[in-house]
Amino acid sequence: MGLEDLLGEGFLATRVKDLLAWGRKNSLWPMPFGTACCAIEMMSTLSSRYDMSRFGAEVVRFSPRQADLLIVGGRVTLKMMPVLQRIWLQMPEPKWSISMGACASCGGVFDTYTMIQGVDQFIPVDVYIPGCPPRPENLIDAVRLIQDQISSHEIQQVIDEQTGVPSLPRLKHMQALRAERARLAGTPAIEIQEPA
Amino acid sequence: MKSRLPVADLEAHARQRREAGKQATERRLERERGLARRAADWLGEDLIEFIEFRGQMTIVTKLARSNALLTWLRDELEFDMMVDLTAVDYMKLEGDYPERFGLVYHLANTVREARLRVRTYVAEEDPRAPTASNVYKAANWAEREVYDMFGLEFDDHSNLIRILLPLEYSGHPLRKDYPLRGRGERDNFPVIRRDREDEA
Ligand code: SF4
Repeated sequence: MGLEDLLGEGFLATRVKDLLAWGRKNSLWPMPFGTACCAIEMMSTLSSRYDMSRFGAEVVRFSPRQADLLIVGGRVTLKMMPVLQRIWLQMPEPKWSISMGACASCGGVFDTYTMIQGVDQFIPVDVYIPGCPPRPENLIDAVRLIQDQISSHEIQQVIDEQTGVPSLPRLKHMQALRAERARLAGTPAIEIQEPA
Repeated sequence: MKSRLPVADLEAHARQRREAGKQATERRLERERGLARRAADWLGEDLIEFIEFRGQMTIVTKLARSNALLTWLRDELEFDMMVDLTAVDYMKLEGDYPERFGLVYHLANTVREARLRVRTYVAEEDPRAPTASNVYKAANWAEREVYDMFGLEFDDHSNLIRILLPLEYSGHPLRKDYPLRGRGERDNFPVIRRDREDEA
């Protein structure tokens, strides 16, 4: 039918956009942000019994600069939130994120001064997983949902207008964030040297 | 049939062990009581209270003498280890306390196997105390924690900054008048959106 008939066997007509999405969704590289018990479940999902590599997401990268799927599994405290934001900003576009478990999604049972009541207040979240902890199947399901989002182009790649490359972590953005936080807290900003 | 092997009398053995344990505890108590008494006598006028509760000795001293007492305990009575330093907020506790905050030092004597607790009171209006870090080095971080959580300040401390909470945190959450859910610190972060959402 159509183009394929003209070109004969071995050819397939598609859009470049779809081809890219197909590649991306089957090679997600997760960045595990495991801060509590949910991380244990995440580990078991990644290892042989549940084997997330069946869905192409087995290359766990502990460097955010090499990852495109952030999995926030566990409690995020006041002190951890700036770190999480920084990690999110360091991940190159296109990127997706999963909020795993009750704690990451809404603070869980830890309704105290030091717990962030849901990471989605401060970073984008694409898929939430309920449960305490969620079962490995739930996490796999979440990855499948992310894959669906990718193939339906729900989240577009962001291209930096000046350089023409997918947008990279912006240090000036981070500095602005830190200043903003100090302003909200009513205390002077702390000067921390950015790594060169 | 009669067994030819000697059967160990487990009952008697256990009894013996219990007895020996009791005696050791008694001896330790005597030792601790003696040491605590000596410290109390040394304090004289400045002793507020001598407490023995369930085999644990506490001497309560006036704040002005607390550091001198610690130094003396270390040098004369061989209390060579500071196990812990912490504070208590008596604000909502029943009972009669001269001041709002209590500062508690847990000491151990590793030579003669004895433990002792020293307590002193710090006023709410002027929450400062002399640092104990020049007597026991271990007090340095513990005092930072007390500063972090209770807002007590330590004079002459070498580096009195927060140790657990983020540096820009304002407030001292272990004070009993501090709300459990904080004063909005946890909602105080800048929001990161996708660039796509920014444009919308
Ligand atoms: S949701 Fe449950 S399992 Fe997950 S981090 Fe919180 S307490 Fe732990």
